[in-house]
Amino acid sequence: MTAPLDVPESAKEAVPEAVVTGVDRKAIQGRSLGQIAWLRLKRDKVAMVGAGVILFLILIAVFAPLIVKWFGHPPLEFHRDMIDQETQVPKDRFGGISWDYLFGVDPQWGRDIFSRVVYGARISLLIAFLATLLSVGIGTILGVTAGFFGGWVDTVISRLMDVFLAFPLLVFAIALAGVVPDTAFGLSGDALRVSLLIFIIGFFNWPYIGRIVRGQTLSLREREFVDAARSLGARGPYIIFREVLPNLVAPILIYSTLLIPSNILFEAALSFLGVGVRPPTPTWGGMLSDAARIYTVPHYAIFPGLAIFLTVLAFNLFGDGLRDALDPRGNR
Amino acid sequence: MTFLELKDLKVHFPTDDGLVKSVDGLSFSLERGKTLGIVGESGSGKSVTSLGILGLHKGGRAKISGEIWLDGEELVSATPEHVRRLRGKKMAMIFQDPLSAMHPYYTVGDQIMEAYRIHHNVSKSVARKHAIDMLGRVGIPTPGKRVDDYPHLFSGGMRQRAMIAMALSCDPELLIADEPTTALDVTVQAQILDLMRELQAEFNSALIIITHDLGVVAELSDDILVMYGGKCIEYGAAEDIFYRPEHPYTWGLLGSMPRLDRERTERLLPIKGSPPSLINVPDGCAFHPRCPYADRTEGKSNTEVPALLETEGGHMVRCHMAKTERRTLWENEIKPVLETQ
Repeated sequence: MTAPLDVPESAKEAVPEAVVTGVDRKAIQGRSLGQIAWLRLKRDKVAMVGAGVILFLILIAVFAPLIVKWFGHPPLEFHRDMIDQETQVPKDRFGGISWDYLFGVDPQWGRDIFSRVVYGARISLLIAFLATLLSVGIGTILGVTAGFFGGWVDTVISRLMDVFLAFPLLVFAIALAGVVPDTAFGLSGDALRVSLLIFIIGFFNWPYIGRIVRGQTLSLREREFVDAARSLGARGPYIIFREVLPNLVAPILIYSTLLIPSNILFEAALSFLGVGVRPPTPTWGGMLSDAARIYTVPHYAIFPGLAIFLTVLAFNLFGDGLRDALDPRGNR
Repeated sequence: MTFLELKDLKVHFPTDDGLVKSVDGLSFSLERGKTLGIVGESGSGKSVTSLGILGLHKGGRAKISGEIWLDGEELVSATPEHVRRLRGKKMAMIFQDPLSAMHPYYTVGDQIMEAYRIHHNVSKSVARKHAIDMLGRVGIPTPGKRVDDYPHLFSGGMRQRAMIAMALSCDPELLIADEPTTALDVTVQAQILDLMRELQAEFNSALIIITHDLGVVAELSDDILVMYGGKCIEYGAAEDIFYRPEHPYTWGLLGSMPRLDRERTERLLPIKGSPPSLINVPDGCAFHPRCPYADRTEGKSNTEVPALLETEGGHMVRCHMAKTERRTLWENEIKPVLETQ
């Protein structure tokens, strides 16, 4: 699926040829469209900052246990000695922010907010990535099928998209989260909740990308290079995978990077509403939900809120940059 | 046995506005090593014919009837899978605009290799050698380097050469070139036509050239078929069409052809009006609303579809005017104007 943007591969192949051709031809070395897009993306500073933040967040999520070990306290550890037992708020100024507790402690239990934000990144990113993967997977398969085969196949899939788009997703999510027992499908606890969120968010978002892919496929199907491939005896699957899909990589990639932040927000919203991952497992949305009840301690809301804000912003900036890089005609 | 024979081929497209009769009863035959030029205005059914021979019309959208015999096999009634197997190996097509007919994401070499590997079970390195060999044969300098370039790095003429290399990669016996030089400038056009002539001699393939440019067919064709409104209106050897044309439409085409050996100040003689809608083809002769001689047939042109009749030695004309009248008109009125012009 990512073949044409597989830049390192083609670059690897191109290098020996360029060396063989010698000094004279070095200056006019041919570049694939993927390489050109990559060069353009590298020049886009805003997008690269976004990419840097995304990479940073992914590293934090991956190495959460190590980071917490070095800079904080376990996310579920209570520090009641930090809490004023009467008012239930942290004793020290600024919510107990210190070298020991970088972001302070949360009210009532005195858990380390820094550790909870770091661990929250794991849940948020995991759900956002996998849900996006699910949407993109279903959307691409059904979109290409509808667009390429047309006729009644297209009609059935398009109507299915309409049904999904008209679905009251939030109501369904709240209802489903309430109905599903603590153990189901061989999963339990956080694993079950995370899978459920991935399913809800991913499964109901596919029609958006499905429509984009279907529209693109419809127009690609009529392009002359498809006719040319057919005139040389190419089969249907060959045309789908070699001729149509590579041209869909750009829109799919762009849409994915813009879908991830919206999924992060949706996950946070669901956690905020209490239908996400259950406490005490830290999630950004869940922390905001807790913070909303105890408004005398603003820092409790600021840090997870800032985390959501930065993540969403970084993905959006990167997605915009990617779109500009892959679609040069969209220049402003 | 003739190599390619079309018998009463009809390609109709049912649409909401009515039945579009893009090709309406076309018959011709072609031998290996020979070239047929199909000439006509836009919308006369030239490209639809070529896509029909290759079986590239999408099922369900086009209604195809008649017979297409290719080397003893009938293609209209054959299964799509069978026709697919023949494409590339037995017949191939050169497209008008090589930039849009080549996939922008793959190198030119990749695309030729793929075309070869569809029909030959060979390794990538063998296919690559073949691709380089093909690029060399169509006259691309340093094919070993160019094989790894992308289509957008080729110039228009080079790209058309690469396109021809792709079409020829499986050594097809029938090659259809749909306006192969329309997207090229004149000098490159001449080179490409030379190349096609050489390659045809080398591969001994049957060649169909589809164009609206009489200059192109004059250079290459053995036979010429003039299409109008989905029908063949004149068919014959190239000399017949150029020196003894008998259909008023062909006269019009010849009169509207720019010639470099004439003064620039002289005006071309365009054909009045525009091509007919293929949904509402005029009654009688499809050309009669534009034909300056339609009133000479006592109204038959307006009501009766003329038959395609042989005038002599394989020269066929679809016109209600009497043979002698057509010849007199050509000798006395048309030819002098074309020559003195």
